[in-house]
Order: sequence, then structure tokens, then C-alpha cells
Amino acid sequence: MLLLLVTFTPIVAAILIMIGLPARLTAMAASVLTLLISAIIFLRFNATSGFQFVVTFPISPELGLNFALGVDGLSLLMILLGAIVLVAAVCVTGEIEHHENAFYACLLLIAGGAIGAFASLNLFFFYAFHELALIPTFLLIGIWGTGNRRAAAWKVTIYLALGSVILLVGLIMLYRAVPVSARSLDLRMLHAGQIPASLQSNIYLVLLIGFGILISLVPFHTWAPEAYASAPAPAAMLHAGVLKKFGLYGLLRLALPLLPDGARQWSGILLVLLLANIIYIGLVTIAQRRLDWMLGYSSVMHMGYIFLGIASANILGTTGAAILMFAHGLSIALLFGITGEIRKRVPSLDFDAMGGLAKAMPLAAFAFGLGAFAAIGLPGFANFAAEIMVVFGAFQNGFDYQHFHVFQWATLLALWGVVISAVYMLRAYRRTFFGSSAKSELVITDIRSGFRVPIALLVSVSLLLGFFPQIAVNRLMPTFRNYFSATQ
Amino acid sequence: MISAPCLEVAVLVLGTVILLIESFFSKFDRRYLGYAALVGLALIFLATFFIAPQSTMSSAPFWNFYSADATSLFFKRIALATTAGVIVMMFDFAPLVSSGVQGATPQSGLGEFFALPLFTCAGLMWMASAIDFVLIFVSLELVTISFYVLVGFTRRNPASLEAAVKYLVLSAVATGFLVYGITWIFGATGETNLQKIATVLSGTGLEQNAALFGGVLVIIALGFKIAAVPFHIWVADVYQGAPTPVTAYLSVGSKAAGFIVLLRVLDPFLILPQMQTLLVAIAVLTLIYGNLAALPQTNVKRLLAYSSIAHAGYLLVAVVSFSGRAVAFYLVAYLLMTLLSFAVLILVSQPAGDQLESFAGLSQRSPFLAFAMLVAMASLAGVPFTAGFLGKFLVFDAAIATHHFGLVVVAIVTVGAGFYYYFKVVRAIYWDAPPASTDKIIVSPLTRVALIALIAGTFVLGVYPQPIFDALAR
Repeated sequence: MLLLLVTFTPIVAAILIMIGLPARLTAMAASVLTLLISAIIFLRFNATSGFQFVVTFPISPELGLNFALGVDGLSLLMILLGAIVLVAAVCVTGEIEHHENAFYACLLLIAGGAIGAFASLNLFFFYAFHELALIPTFLLIGIWGTGNRRAAAWKVTIYLALGSVILLVGLIMLYRAVPVSARSLDLRMLHAGQIPASLQSNIYLVLLIGFGILISLVPFHTWAPEAYASAPAPAAMLHAGVLKKFGLYGLLRLALPLLPDGARQWSGILLVLLLANIIYIGLVTIAQRRLDWMLGYSSVMHMGYIFLGIASANILGTTGAAILMFAHGLSIALLFGITGEIRKRVPSLDFDAMGGLAKAMPLAAFAFGLGAFAAIGLPGFANFAAEIMVVFGAFQNGFDYQHFHVFQWATLLALWGVVISAVYMLRAYRRTFFGSSAKSELVITDIRSGFRVPIALLVSVSLLLGFFPQIAVNRLMPTFRNYFSATQ
Repeated sequence: MISAPCLEVAVLVLGTVILLIESFFSKFDRRYLGYAALVGLALIFLATFFIAPQSTMSSAPFWNFYSADATSLFFKRIALATTAGVIVMMFDFAPLVSSGVQGATPQSGLGEFFALPLFTCAGLMWMASAIDFVLIFVSLELVTISFYVLVGFTRRNPASLEAAVKYLVLSAVATGFLVYGITWIFGATGETNLQKIATVLSGTGLEQNAALFGGVLVIIALGFKIAAVPFHIWVADVYQGAPTPVTAYLSVGSKAAGFIVLLRVLDPFLILPQMQTLLVAIAVLTLIYGNLAALPQTNVKRLLAYSSIAHAGYLLVAVVSFSGRAVAFYLVAYLLMTLLSFAVLILVSQPAGDQLESFAGLSQRSPFLAFAMLVAMASLAGVPFTAGFLGKFLVFDAAIATHHFGLVVVAIVTVGAGFYYYFKVVRAIYWDAPPASTDKIIVSPLTRVALIALIAGTFVLGVYPQPIFDALAR
């Protein structure tokens, strides 16, 4: 019941807003309500048993299709992330010049789609809820975006649509590979060992490409920086912070437990691609000359670490990956939110044209600093705890004292990404907020004091998990322990 | 309990009565004829749920060429629903029927316009039940001949005339192929009944190549009906030139009937591997051509014509994968979204034409129509929670289950292309600024009800397909 509420509150609110309720008020109320309910679910969650808060409505027995919602530790964390970022995104939305109601409805639909996908226990709805966000994204970037918004909207839509179709094919292949007696679209019916090892390789590859496009895995990443640079800030927060995690969630939820042999076969390729994400995209990020593009690329780069956790395929690495998904969602949302405010105040986000903003916008500078430190992985933030777990998990994979194997080398290379991200984040911070201001005649005001709420929310949760990661680890462990006890 | 053939008879009687009233009375509002047709169709639609099962009927020779199984009833309902939708659209199109005709009253010609679809509908319903080549041929001709008239109905409009001539000539060629194919099959097997042909074909000591040749000729003829590449040449021009309700009818009704016949005809022939290869090739060509040709279109009617070719491709994928369920569901979804898009098109295009620019800023001129078109385009593109997505889901499922991975790869690419051209319409509706004249578009209550029903159907079937499966399995 609670899960139904948390899934449908944003969607129903979006419909009500389109019908004519006051947009900002309804959106605010719905997002706060969503956050409250997901917090209640988070607190009442019992870490020891499997899926909880389950609701099921049968639809088509012959397809194995039902509408089932439920949470375990992994989906719980992602739903909470969705609710937090939704509140933050609604809070930072300022004056919308035209079609205010449609703007808020689109935001709520993106969040509702993401939360629904995380809560779904049925492959059909898992996929369908994610696609719910496609049209709102197209409209948000196309209508309210900045810069080269039309091209960006087309690009992101075609890319994501194509990725989704490939993913759909992968999901159907997965469904068809299970022997007839156990065939079902219900996740609870699917277990490790049902799919013969000979079939796993192809299915895993299709899923990896489909999810990879959605996550912006190199070489399918080119849509992401452009879309995030052009999208209005709240849309970028929700998309980069929450929706993009859907692909990673899918890999953790489906590919790892159901296709362990496939995952093993492709782990070499995946390692190469994720290192490209970390090192190559990291260098590309350093080369960026605009703040919004820099952030877009940095969010692509950080996907590499989460992939590293997934590729490690052990409890430590995957737990770290899950927490990193959460932590990255918080930090990137904060950074995009502040950048959106800066965009409204300065003529250009070019690093050369900015500088000295800290004098005029101390609160923004402080918040951006916190977000940047979190993104780099400074100890104390959740990102640090998660990255440590990912790195240890990956290093531990196949480790022996005689010599290093591919995972150890990959981990060592990936560690350089921390340096790279420190370089570009701190450089961006310095060039935006410190130094001499290029145009002193410009009157710049600080962000509204109302911004303290979303900033405090995002930062406090990140700090809380940074100091007490066991809050999340305790809830995640049973899920991943199930995965790996069944496969080993 | 009603006997199944009564349904077609009832539709014919309804059409004839409307024609007679039109001929013998002159001073009344012709729109009442349309309402009468709608009420009659609704009653007959209800009657389809009270059909006596075939097994209890007599074994008269009639049942050798007429089948009343669940599939045929299902397709009869599709035909009835489509016809009703088309007649609703005709109300909105009525002002254009007599435009350009010298000395015409505002309602001249309207009576026939409402009556003709009923005869087409009877033909479509017979096609759904036909299990003998003779009945297939006769019912196909009934459909085609009434379409000749409908396509050229606005006869002062050169585009409509051009469309009518093209349709006439190419349909005649297709009919020629059909008859020729039937004679070859009859010559090789000595039967016209499909079940008996299947028995003969699976036996030994048969001139298989002759039957195969006949089968290929029949498929060519049906390829014309369902607008499969390379038999699609007529589609774009005819769809664009015909009156818009007729275009919708051609695109849904003609295609649905073509597919049920195709399913039945292929049943005996699909055991031959050459036939499989041929159909896969046609499906690939249809998918690629339909989607690629739709990409650059700027005329919405023409865009929908190419999209109709594209959807024939997805349906063919389901046919090749032996999934009658996927074909049936996809056709229902296709019916909902196509009628929806054409109904909106009629209203939007009346002052300004069929160009994409007439849709610019529609969200400000009529939020309701804008939303209806958004739903139609989302469903055609295959966005989840719409019937179109579930249809694609079933098609992909069928193709993967039968290991047609080549088709799946082609379909992935074409679905991606589809998002582009359907979203072009969405872009025009929501992004582009409206033209100078921003009059509100008035939607009549009847049309509003029909649009709401179509939208609701699109969403409900998008998450709850079970009623369709139940109707098929009865």
C-alpha cells in the first residue's frame, strides 16, 4: 500500500496539475509526500527478509504478467534517492515563463517513472515505467532548455529510445531463455541457474548494450553531456541523478544474479569500457571550457566507478556500487542545481567569462564547494565510503599474492580517476567562484534563501551516509548475499 | 443465440435501408442517416457476443466456406468498430464532401457517403470468415469496389480522382494476381477450401511447385491489400488523395482484413520453407522502406501513409513468427491509434491543410486535440503504457521465441527511426509557435466522445491486454 502511494503520488500529481491545480504548490506537496512515505518505508524496512511491502495485481496469467511492486535493500535505496532529488528539483525550480503547469508535470512524471521502475517486480513494468520519462525529457529539454536545445532534445530522445528498444529485446530474450515451466515476467520467479550457461553470453551482451546506452557507457555516451548542458536545471538533476541510475540498477537487479556466466565472459570488455569511462572521459572533462558541459562529462565519468563495482561481482563491490549510485545522485543533483542558478545570472558559463562569483554568491559558492568535494570523494561524504568499497571490491577480485591480474591492474588505473576528478572539479570551482570577476558592472545576487532547504537535504543525507554507511550496507547486504551465495 | 452469417446480412440490410431512405426522401437532415448507421453498427457489435458456437450448427455445405470461430468473430468486431469510427470521422469531414461542386446543397452526396462504408464493412466481415478461396475472392471484390467509390468520392478534387484511378488500376492488377494464383492452386490440388488444400499439400506425390507458385501469386495480391513492400507503390498517393476518413478506413479496415486472410491462406503453405524465406524478405523490405520513407515527410497524411507501411512490416514479423495472438493484438492497437490520429488530422487540417505546419502550436489552440495526437503518436512510436507498445512487445516476443534474430535487429533500427518521425509531430504540437490565426478548434460532442473512447482504449489495452486474449481464445 505504501509503495503504491509512493509510486503514484508523483504521477497522479502530474495529471492533477495538467487538469488545473496550482502547479508549484501541488508539485511541492506531492514531492514532500513522496519523500515522507519513502522515508517511512526506509525506516520500517526489515533488513533480513526479501521483498517487502509487496502489492500484486494479476493482469495476464498466460504472459506471466502482473502488476507487482515490492522493495528490497537495493530498490529501497534508489526510491529514497528518487524522492530526495525530486524534492530538491522542485525546490530549485524558479519562475517558469510559459506553461508552468506542464513543466512541473514533466518533472513529476520523470520522477514517478524512475521510482516506479525501481519499485516494480515485473519486467514489463520495470521497463515501462522507465520509458514513461522519455516524452517528458524530450519536452523539458526542447521547450525550456538552453543553448542548442532542439538538437540536444532530439539526440537524447533517439539515443534513449534506441537503447530502450535494445533493452526490451534483451529482456524478452531473458524471459524466453527461462524454461517454460518457470517462465514469468515476475522477478520473484526468476532465480539464478534457470538460464543455461550457453545462452547467457548473448543475453548479457544485449542487456549490457541496452543498459549501457541508458547509462552513457563509452562508446554510447555522446548524448549525455549535450543533454545535461541544455536541459533546465531541475530536469538535469532528475535525469542525471535518478533516471540514469535505472540502467545500473537493472544490471545489478537482473544481469548479475541471473546471468553470472555471461557477466564473467564479458567482464574483460566491460573493464576496458569502464576504464575508458574513467580515464578517457576524465581527460575529456578536464578539457571542457564550459561549466555545464564539464558537469555533464563528469557525470558520465563517474558512471565508470559504478560499473567497476558491478564488474567486480562480489558483495563488497556491488554494495559499494549501490551506495555510489545513491551518493552520486545526491552530489550531481546539487551541482546541477547550483549551476542552473548561476546560468540565470551570468551571460555565459564559459570559464574564461566567469570568476569571482563567490563574492556575490557566497551561499552558492559554499553549496557548490560541498557538491564538488562530494563528487571528488572527500572522506566524510557518502561518495568516499562507496568508492572505497568499490575499489576494495574490485581489487579483491581474483587476487593472489604472486601477481596482479586484470582486475588489480584495472583498479590501479581506475584510482587515477580520483586525481583526474579532483583536477577538473577544483579547477572549475576556482575559475567560477574565485579569481577576478570578468565583468564587474554586472549586478549579481545570491541564490534565494529558500535554496537552503534542498542544499541542506542533499548534503546532510550524503554526510549521514558518509559517516554511517552501515545504514545502507545493512539493508543492502541480504540482497547481494543472496546473489552470490546462489552463484558460487 | 444468433447464427453468425446473420451479422453480415444485418449490415447489408442496414446499408440498403440507408441508401433507400436517401433516394426516396429528400427533405431531411442527412446526418440522421449517419446516426442511424452508428446505432445499427453498435447493435450488431453487441450481437457478436451472442453468436452460437459453430459446433452446434448443422453440417450444411455452407460451413465449408464460412467459419464462425473465435478468430473470425474477433476480426468481425474489428471491422465493425473501424466502420463506426470512420462514420464518426465522416461527420467532421462532411463540409468538404460537396465543396467545389457547382450548385450543390451543403448536404448533397452525404447519404451515400454514410452508406458506402457499411457495404465495405460487410465485405470485411465476410473476409474474416472466409475459409474458401471463392468466398475470399468475392468478399475481397466487394470491399475493393466500394473503396473505388469512396476513394474518388470528392470527385471535383483532382487529387482524389488521381487517387481513385491509381487505386482502381493497381487493385485490378492485384485481383488478377489473386485469381491467377487461385487457379494454379486449384489446378495443383483440386480444392479451393483452405483446410482441404492443407491436407493435400501435406500428402505426398503432389506437384508442389505448382501449388507454391499459386501461393506466391496469392501473397502478391494480398501484399497489395496490406501495403507490403514491394507492392506498396499505390499507398502514399492514394492515402494522400482520398478523403481523410476513407484513408483511415483503407489504412485500418483493409489492412486488418488482408491480415486475417493472409493468416488463413498461409496456414497450409507455411510448412514449405521457401514461403518462410519469401515472407521474411518481404517483412524486412517493408520495415525498412516504410520507416525510412516516412522520415522526411512533411505532410502528416503522407507520413501516416508511410507509417502504415511500416506497421504492416511489424505485423508481417508477427505473421512470420506464427503468432496469431500478436497479429490480432497489434491490429487492435493499430486500429485505436490510427483512427485517433486521423480523427485529429481531420479537425486540424480543415482550414489549413494536411501539412505539418497546421499542427504548429496546437497545444495552445486546443489542448485536448494536442493531447489526443500526443497519445496517438506515442502509441504509434511504441511508448509504454499505450496499446502500441504492448503490440510491439508481443511482436518482439514472438520473433525472439521463433529465433528470427535478423528480423529483430532490423526492427530495433526501424523502431528507433519511428521515434524520430512521430516525435516530429509532437514537436510541432508543443514546441513550435502557432501561426497567426490562433482560433480555437471546436470539437463536436460526438467526436469528443469518440476521441476519449479511443484514448481510453489506448491506455487500458496498454496495461491490460487480457480482454483481447480472452476474446481470441473463446
